[in-house]
Amino acid sequence: MGMAAESQFHVLAVDDSLFDRKLIERLLQKSSCQVTTVDSGSKALEFLGLREGIERNHPNALSTSPKLHQEVEVNLIITDYCMPGMTGYDLLKKVKESSAFKNIPVVIMSSENVPARISRCLEEGAEEFFLKPVRLADLNKLKPHMMKAKLKNQKLEEIERPSKGANVEPEIKDSTEIGIKMLPLQSEFEPKQLHLQVVQQEEQTLSNNKRKSMEEGLSADRTRPRFDGITTAV
Amino acid sequence: SKNSEEIALFFVYQTSHLLLSASSSRVHTAMDSLIAQLQRQFRDYTISLYHQGFLDDQFTELKKLQDECSPDFVAEVVSLFFEDCEKLISNMARALDQTVNVDYKLVGSSVHQLKGSSSSVGAKRVKGLCVTFKECCDSQNYEGCVRCLQQVDIEYKSLKAKLQDLFNLEQQIVQAGGRIPQ
Repeated sequence: MGMAAESQFHVLAVDDSLFDRKLIERLLQKSSCQVTTVDSGSKALEFLGLREGIERNHPNALSTSPKLHQEVEVNLIITDYCMPGMTGYDLLKKVKESSAFKNIPVVIMSSENVPARISRCLEEGAEEFFLKPVRLADLNKLKPHMMKAKLKNQKLEEIERPSKGANVEPEIKDSTEIGIKMLPLQSEFEPKQLHLQVVQQEEQTLSNNKRKSMEEGLSADRTRPRFDGITTAV
Repeated sequence: SKNSEEIALFFVYQTSHLLLSASSSRVHTAMDSLIAQLQRQFRDYTISLYHQGFLDDQFTELKKLQDECSPDFVAEVVSLFFEDCEKLISNMARALDQTVNVDYKLVGSSVHQLKGSSSSVGAKRVKGLCVTFKECCDSQNYEGCVRCLQQVDIEYKSLKAKLQDLFNLEQQIVQAGGRIPQ
């Protein structure tokens, strides 16, 4: 179980610029996060995939969340949009399409304020879109997303732990020997699927609300107040 | 006579003690005033860099990220930035040297990178020049590009020299035993 004791979040930061990596790393450390930086989307997937490889051998093959039993889980991915090869948007899509990683919140950063780009990313499932240069105040918005994801994983972990008879339906007791062995698996499925549906609905509502507020805020410079009075809407 | 000797010795002791503390407090004051002077210089110089538009509030944000865990953070990113400048400007100069077959896409993407990092480091003038430079690239204005390249080169070197002066002041303050004003 172990991981429940960790209070620090682990963020995977992706940017092809060394300068930007150094900056985002320091920002995240200053926000009390553990950081891993990589310089491309493919390296990011590799990093996540490495963790996934460990999970595939796990006896509980019904697991849909990837990182419950490893020491270091990724609580958030923050990625630059403009990168050679795999863009931040491509990475976002890949993460959201994967059953293993789709629950990891993804944040996109860009130096360009392009509303069409921003809405496309949010529609694809990005939690936030930050304009560069990213500041400490921006990172404060991340904690709720990471907290929510972590709590969701903990709930899923509780469901996946083999039930000690608490969830066993009465009729199983009447079945044959073989039946008793097989049925507990089946009955485990249903409560979990139901729970997943509920969680997904909550998530959908939340992200819908968030998307709305994002879109409303788009016309004004939504990210943060600028003290020098210059807004960089291009 | 032994008594008067003792008294005399005692008197000498008192006086020399007074002299010692007086001179040490004079030394203490001299050091303090040196530190205060350096700190004043540092503050004034920093303010002038902001006023003259060399730096903007992003530089202030960078200073917030420096602490005991990362005591040289600003110096490190600043030096990364200047390395970037050198590399990108050299790439662009090479591309523009082609005169007739200029790869404006390459120049444009280098300007884009430079604009990004200058914005992230708080190098206000460099960033401003990059905006103009990008426009020249987009319209494939050769003369404009060459002019912008020269200006960016001058500007980043000027900022580099000024920030070096600032860091030197910081060093002097620290060596004198003082604290760097925030």
